[in-house]
Amino acid sequence: MSRKKLTRRQFVATTAMSSAALITAPYVRGAYAAGKLSIGFWDHWVPGANKASTDLVNEWAAKEKVEVSIDYITSNNKKIELTSAAEAQAKSGHDILAMPSWWPQAYAELLEPMNDVMEPVLKQNGEANGTVKYLGQSGGKWLAVPATIGSQIKGPCSRIDLMKKYANIDVQEMYPAGARPKADNWTMETFLKAAEACQKGGFPFGIGLGETTDSVDTAGAIFQSFGAELVNAKGDVTVKTDAVRQALEFYKKLIAVLPPDAPSWDDASNNKWLVSGRGAMIMNPPSAWAVAKRDAPQVAEQCWTHGFPAGPKGRFAPYLPYFWGVWSFGKNKQAAKSLLTHLSSPAAIEKIVEASGGYDLPAYANMTTLKTWAEEGPPKGTLYHYPNPYNHQTLSIAASPAPPKIAQQIYAQATLTKMALRYARGETMEQALAWAEGECEGFMRS
Amino acid sequence: MADVVVERGRIARATGARKGSSLRNVLGRKSTVAFLLTLPLILLIGLLVLYPAFFSLYLATLNKAMTKFVGLSNFTFLFKRETFWMVVKQSCIFAITAVIFKALIGFIVAHFVHNIPGKKQRKWRGMLLVPWVIPPAMSTLAWLWLFDPSYSAFNYTLSFFGVGPIPWLGETFWARFSIILVNVWYGAPFFLIMYLAALKSVPDQLYEAAAIDGANWWQKIWYVTLPMMRNIIAITTLFSLIVTFANFDIVRILTSGGPLDTTHLFATWAFQVGIQSSDIPLGACVSLFMVPILAVAAIFILRDVTKRGNEA
Repeated sequence: MSRKKLTRRQFVATTAMSSAALITAPYVRGAYAAGKLSIGFWDHWVPGANKASTDLVNEWAAKEKVEVSIDYITSNNKKIELTSAAEAQAKSGHDILAMPSWWPQAYAELLEPMNDVMEPVLKQNGEANGTVKYLGQSGGKWLAVPATIGSQIKGPCSRIDLMKKYANIDVQEMYPAGARPKADNWTMETFLKAAEACQKGGFPFGIGLGETTDSVDTAGAIFQSFGAELVNAKGDVTVKTDAVRQALEFYKKLIAVLPPDAPSWDDASNNKWLVSGRGAMIMNPPSAWAVAKRDAPQVAEQCWTHGFPAGPKGRFAPYLPYFWGVWSFGKNKQAAKSLLTHLSSPAAIEKIVEASGGYDLPAYANMTTLKTWAEEGPPKGTLYHYPNPYNHQTLSIAASPAPPKIAQQIYAQATLTKMALRYARGETMEQALAWAEGECEGFMRS
Repeated sequence: MADVVVERGRIARATGARKGSSLRNVLGRKSTVAFLLTLPLILLIGLLVLYPAFFSLYLATLNKAMTKFVGLSNFTFLFKRETFWMVVKQSCIFAITAVIFKALIGFIVAHFVHNIPGKKQRKWRGMLLVPWVIPPAMSTLAWLWLFDPSYSAFNYTLSFFGVGPIPWLGETFWARFSIILVNVWYGAPFFLIMYLAALKSVPDQLYEAAAIDGANWWQKIWYVTLPMMRNIIAITTLFSLIVTFANFDIVRILTSGGPLDTTHLFATWAFQVGIQSSDIPLGACVSLFMVPILAVAAIFILRDVTKRGNEA
């Protein structure tokens, strides 16, 4: 067996050629020249909505030559929060991750600043709403990009017929499709009277008093409309104020006319309440109406989504945004930013809103009058006022304006609903306030 | 010089032979074989149990932002919280009540099953084990529908008798009752199967001797069955106490800790504080608090078992 001998000259030449090939390889534009990108999106309730985001990502990936993989993560049982917590601990995970409202602030130190993405997006789409700024910014830095997918307003969804019959309120006249709201008389007082009348008629309002987000969000908007803050923007505990007392008095009257099992409601209970035809109103995004359209069309035809009643300090709507965050330890941050810019373009937002049947809400001022909301039905125009097209209510999140890391705990521990329930169940006002004050002092840990 | 080398070689060979035979001896020992066979499991436990346990100890000593060491101050903070003591009380009520009922039901049903003849007994055993083999998250969802605030099947049935509606998950008493009921339903088959195995190992001669002495069925249970089952009862109780204390899924699915936190257990509250409120160190503290309670229970129960073992 002959063996060819490698000369020194041949060895040097081969090594040099191999090295040159290895070094230049990444600059040769192949099928996936810009690397890989892994995305964790929120798994949408609405059937088919995930397909729209997949299509948008694939469209971008084909153009940018990036290999993408998408995981749709459910928010059931806090799976998405668990994923964020695990990735933050492991310092490894998706390049882009959908984060519910409070999470960008919770992981502020681990997120890549998004100012370079947000500046052009804001120029194109208009100003972002105040709640998105409160949750998504820290020290002038955008921590994450407001996600259209999953963001929602949990305003009233009323039964047109029942509200007319028992409360003598025409919700369509108050919030006409295609026109400004005529809701000056739609106040907390009117709302309470309507709740009492509908309860007497056998169709109580379906508002939860549990510890899940729907219950907390409604409580947040009611407290804010009375100017009631448990902790103010400076971080001072302000539980024992007249505004909080007023809000509690209001809640006590409201609880008396809500279903007796409302303290055990979760986020599905109010949907079931509406779909079953047992209630005249719930506070929810249009998902309950969408289910009714499929399962109880006679109920869906009578549903009208509209604005929140106004209190002495203004009209506040419970708003719950999602964000897309990019970890600072991410492997392909430039590609992630490029994709987020693409997903925040007006065309992409329109596609997302359409695919979700109007459920998803963009956070930007110029994006509240898309045709989907005007056209969805039956009844036609039922979602027209869902995105707050005339800015007649302030979008807010429960426990704001407390510093976000304190507010998150007031929100997650459902301090507002618990306090209201304690008072309604027989504790004195001072006992309920003292309990809430103790809780808030405990949330001051840093 | 040469002699020395030869000597060295001989010495080296002799030592090598001794070493080889002692290694063979060590490897030949039953205890070594047993250790090697269990090594994969020990490593697995080290990786999946010990590492997380020590990591949660480390986490419990950090501040909320997890940027600095704060020693035991998270624990002292917890001790001042009203909700924490409520959770301690509730966990004890939940675990002790549920274990007592599981043990009682398991004991009674085990006797019934024990008295069923051969083939039929196998069928009953299989059927009675069903609650224990269904993943609890799934079976609890079915219970949730039965207790559902608006469409409870129980309330529907009770309405025919003019009773209710009962707020199964909305009132503290009923919510606690419901979670204990589901836990008993899920856990009683474990007691049943353990007690059944113990019953089968009690020699028939003892019952025959007791019968000759004129013992009635209660005396047979009190003086024969129970003493023979004591160790199994103790160990089953300990295992069940540990698992019940650490329960998460039943409460999480049925009540999420409500109403007004009155059904929270250590695990569910730790989740709410640690994950939902982004306070992982405090959440770790809450979950670690189970350790001393369970350790005390384990010491008492196992000491009793060992004492009886030595007596035997």
